[in-house]
Amino acid sequence: MKVLLSWLREFAPIEGDPYELADHMSDLGMAVEETRILNPLEGVVVARVADLRPHPKADRIQLVDVEIENGDPMQVCCGAFNMSVGDLIPFATIGTVMPDGMEISQREMRGEMSNGMCCSAAELGLGSDHDGIMILPEHLETGAPLMQELGLVGDILWDLEINPNRPDAMSVAGVARDLAARLDVPFEIPEWTVPSSGAAEDLASIQIDDGVLCPRFTGRVLRGVTVGKSPLWMQMRLTLLGMRPINSVVDVSNYVMLELGTPNHTYDLSLLPNGHIGVRRASDGESITTLDDQERMLQPNDGLIVNEADEPIGIAGVMGGASTEISDTTDSVLVELACWEPRSIARTSQRLGLRSEASARFERGTDWQINVTAVQRFCHLLNEVTPGGIEIVGEVLDVAGTTPDSISVPVRTSRISMLLGRDFSSEEIRNLLTPIGFDVENTDSQDVQLVTIPSFRPDTETETDIAEEVARHYGYGKLGATVPRSPDAGHLSPQQKLRRVIRQVMTGAGLIEAMPNPFLAPDDITKAALIVEEPVRLLNPLAVEESVLRPSLLPGLLTAVAYNYSHRNMGAKLFETGPVFEASEDSSGLPLETEHLAALISNADAFAATSLLKDLASTLKLEFQLTNVDGLAGLHPTRGAKINIGDTEVGSLGEVDPAVLRSYEIEDRCAWLNLRLDLVIEAAISVEGVSYQPVSTFPSSDVDLAFAVGEQVQASEIEMTLRKAAGEELQSLHLFDVFRSGQLDEGVRSLAFSMRLQAKDKTLTDEEVGVVRQRCIEAVESAHPASLRA
Amino acid sequence: MSVYDQIAEAKAASVGEIEKTGDLESLKAIEPMLFGKKSTLGGLKRLMGEVDAQERADVGQALNEAQLFVREAHEAAKKKFELSDRRAQLETERLDLTESLHVANRGHLHLVTQTMERLEDVFVGMGFTVSEGPQAETDWYNFEALNLPAAHPARSMFDTLYLDLGDRTEIGDGEGGEATNILLRTHTSPVQVRVMESTAPPIYTVCPGRVFRRDTADASHMPVFHKIEGLVVDRGISLADLAGTLNEFTAAYFGGAISSRLRPSYFPFTEPSAEFDITCVICEGDGCQTCQRTGWIELGGCGMVHPNVLANCGVDSEEWTGFAFGFGIDRLALMRYGIKDLRDMYTNDVRFLEQF
Repeated sequence: MKVLLSWLREFAPIEGDPYELADHMSDLGMAVEETRILNPLEGVVVARVADLRPHPKADRIQLVDVEIENGDPMQVCCGAFNMSVGDLIPFATIGTVMPDGMEISQREMRGEMSNGMCCSAAELGLGSDHDGIMILPEHLETGAPLMQELGLVGDILWDLEINPNRPDAMSVAGVARDLAARLDVPFEIPEWTVPSSGAAEDLASIQIDDGVLCPRFTGRVLRGVTVGKSPLWMQMRLTLLGMRPINSVVDVSNYVMLELGTPNHTYDLSLLPNGHIGVRRASDGESITTLDDQERMLQPNDGLIVNEADEPIGIAGVMGGASTEISDTTDSVLVELACWEPRSIARTSQRLGLRSEASARFERGTDWQINVTAVQRFCHLLNEVTPGGIEIVGEVLDVAGTTPDSISVPVRTSRISMLLGRDFSSEEIRNLLTPIGFDVENTDSQDVQLVTIPSFRPDTETETDIAEEVARHYGYGKLGATVPRSPDAGHLSPQQKLRRVIRQVMTGAGLIEAMPNPFLAPDDITKAALIVEEPVRLLNPLAVEESVLRPSLLPGLLTAVAYNYSHRNMGAKLFETGPVFEASEDSSGLPLETEHLAALISNADAFAATSLLKDLASTLKLEFQLTNVDGLAGLHPTRGAKINIGDTEVGSLGEVDPAVLRSYEIEDRCAWLNLRLDLVIEAAISVEGVSYQPVSTFPSSDVDLAFAVGEQVQASEIEMTLRKAAGEELQSLHLFDVFRSGQLDEGVRSLAFSMRLQAKDKTLTDEEVGVVRQRCIEAVESAHPASLRA
Repeated sequence: MSVYDQIAEAKAASVGEIEKTGDLESLKAIEPMLFGKKSTLGGLKRLMGEVDAQERADVGQALNEAQLFVREAHEAAKKKFELSDRRAQLETERLDLTESLHVANRGHLHLVTQTMERLEDVFVGMGFTVSEGPQAETDWYNFEALNLPAAHPARSMFDTLYLDLGDRTEIGDGEGGEATNILLRTHTSPVQVRVMESTAPPIYTVCPGRVFRRDTADASHMPVFHKIEGLVVDRGISLADLAGTLNEFTAAYFGGAISSRLRPSYFPFTEPSAEFDITCVICEGDGCQTCQRTGWIELGGCGMVHPNVLANCGVDSEEWTGFAFGFGIDRLALMRYGIKDLRDMYTNDVRFLEQF
């Protein structure tokens, strides 16, 4: 919403520095996006078009001779074609600095000289119209400085951002009301009176069939209406506020809408049989041809204006119909000033793609109590701008639907003070609310005042809403700043702390955290060789390539590594934590969402993944068990294992399937680790705080054992057997050498383990160590196809 | 030859042997000649028996002195050889410490994670906990509980991505009531609702996390981004408490030169509502291009939790009041490092990620 100082001043004597006024408006919740002081624009003058002719070498520009004073016409090259010989236009002479900083100079365009510039309203900063050269009213003086001639010099234009809960601020008068209250100056909307004659009842009638749709419909009959040009001052104000002047009737209509926030409409009364207008909701299959000559299909619940024959003649609050449009032959007019149900207008305008200045106001809710004033203002203005005036017939026609009840809210001074954190007195609250139209009365209780909400503030309904009004007009910045303290210490949960620890283990191992797109293309799942019965799809994706929610972190990380390979970042080591989704329902009906940790290490074999898992195990004090499994989805068919903590499967690791890597154009092996982060964290929490083992002070003994073990046995199985057999004297055990060689039997490899034995309470004798050693050898040889190597 | 001459000769011979050695090894080799019964001087002990009783003490002393002299000469030679050995050894071990072949092998957390953790740490320091919730949410948690019933005009503020769950998908009729659509949360406010449902006040918590909008990616928008929201519910919580909390956060996170202010605004879930501005971090309030010469930049929205929201979460709004606030994490990360294009953070190019 744009507002002009001179227009605001018609409602309140507002004065002050333009930027300070802007700060006040921002502080009142009408954020000022731009403050513009209308400068004289020196060098821009009124010029007459003396001649128009084609450019000999260019189609998109024409040659214009412009005349200033009585001098010789000057030739200008111009890209617009909307003017005619004799028109007055704004002309920037050579040396003029335009509002955007561009300086006008003499230049040659395709062999023709251009001695200045014909200007559009937008180029002059006078509006948003870029579409053609601004055509000026005929009575202006040729050669005169434009801005002085337009009476604009020194005026201030503010561009305000109005929140959806402020329908009142969608009008010049409403902004003036708020600002006047802040500045403590009087505010008043004049009561415009117009002379009338005759009776309107015989000429027009209004019938509301749906009072919820149309709380109030006010109309008036006008005669002797001629469609002409509106005066310059009106055209300028409309232009500056972003609307294009059309003709006197449309301009008055828009002017009243901008001024009072009341969209309105005019009908050619002669095209309305018996002057009858009805209001109802549309039914299925109805359609209407709107003002823009488009056929519009209607749906039930759309608001409709109909004629005596019940045929649609307008879509309520959105757009009028073509059948009753004002034309050059119009004499009698019915002006409509109606209120509409905001939700209905919002739905219809959105569906039809017909958002307008009018629908924007109806959607927020217009003031039903200003109808008559607005109709009077319309008549008053049209009478003023029509040469010879118009005839206003009879009384105002005013039909009520279901008008909103006036709301009165008991407001506790103590509650307002508590909510805002400052002690207000009842009088202060009254003095803040009264100037913005709220009526405040005392009650029997000292603490409670009864506040009646004005009809132009449909957003305000409760004591809390009123607290906002008090805060707004007192000033948010003046309320003070206190800091409440939680009774408990701030902290991260054990899960959150462990997630951070796990991420640190990843970065400590040299991995970089990636954040791939969680949206996949449907074929990404098969490209990564995953098997997902029913992935979660988006109902309204932006693109089909982003239409599936990831069922695994693998496709995203593969895409990230592939991106790095294509940019010569070979050997990228990436990890990610985050949820993956399955369509199956969790207990609350949501898709199953589980948090995973995944690492993709390029240019590394599967042991890079097991190393990472060992780092995690060491930090989290967890024992992971691996079971080699052929053909895990997405993994190298013979280099994969599932990971367990006890009986719970918590993930898998290995290498990515070479065929998958080929489809992603990754030329190196990639190690892969995937863990259910939620399960790992829960397991880590369960072992936190487990008591320690005191370090034995007695000497330890080392035993190394190498076994020839059949390939069908996992090294971890031998390790487990050794661990069990060694008993409580075992201090540490690890695999330290693996070798395969022709010297060994077919299908057998050598696994060498190193054990350290130590007792808590004594030095183990050679004999005792020998007993443990023998026990271990026998246990392995009896439980597995394995034999001790000499 | 007198006894004393014999001792002197043996002493000189021993010292002469020491002087002939060139290293520890040869020194060690002559040690039997220097010390012990069979050494040159040790052999002279027999002379003790050949002299008079009264002279015996003098001869003994002369022998001892000679032995001590030889021992010292040996010790000096040993020290000299050890020192030269050490020198030679150290010289062979000389290193050019700039010849290191190691390539740094520490990873990096994503810029967004680092920013998120930094924010969490500030709020934890202010007495807050950190709350989390699902990214796929119901219409109730994302909208309705937050005073945004179906067909509320403010729903158009959120371009929402909905999930297709086959039979379980219900397309809302736009008239409120039984809206059971599953969607990707457009903010982390559903976590606030879940916290209020499950925890009795007082509540002091922040909800960081990933959120989704149906936005085409450009330099300043991503369909997937990150937000942090805060919620306080306690007795007597006021708008001034909100202003003070945001001031304290701003100073802690951005530094003392940056302050915050509130401007009236509108959100369906708060009343009164406000925009939360901070001093422009580029010009520190002097006015620049980033802040459009206002000296302030808009950080997020906030306000007092709407009584309808409290009621929807089973909190008595007469007894308890609260405030909530929220802002984008990605934008803070951009601001801190002067990154021009949001999309750069999500290419996962290691050359970008390694810089943080």
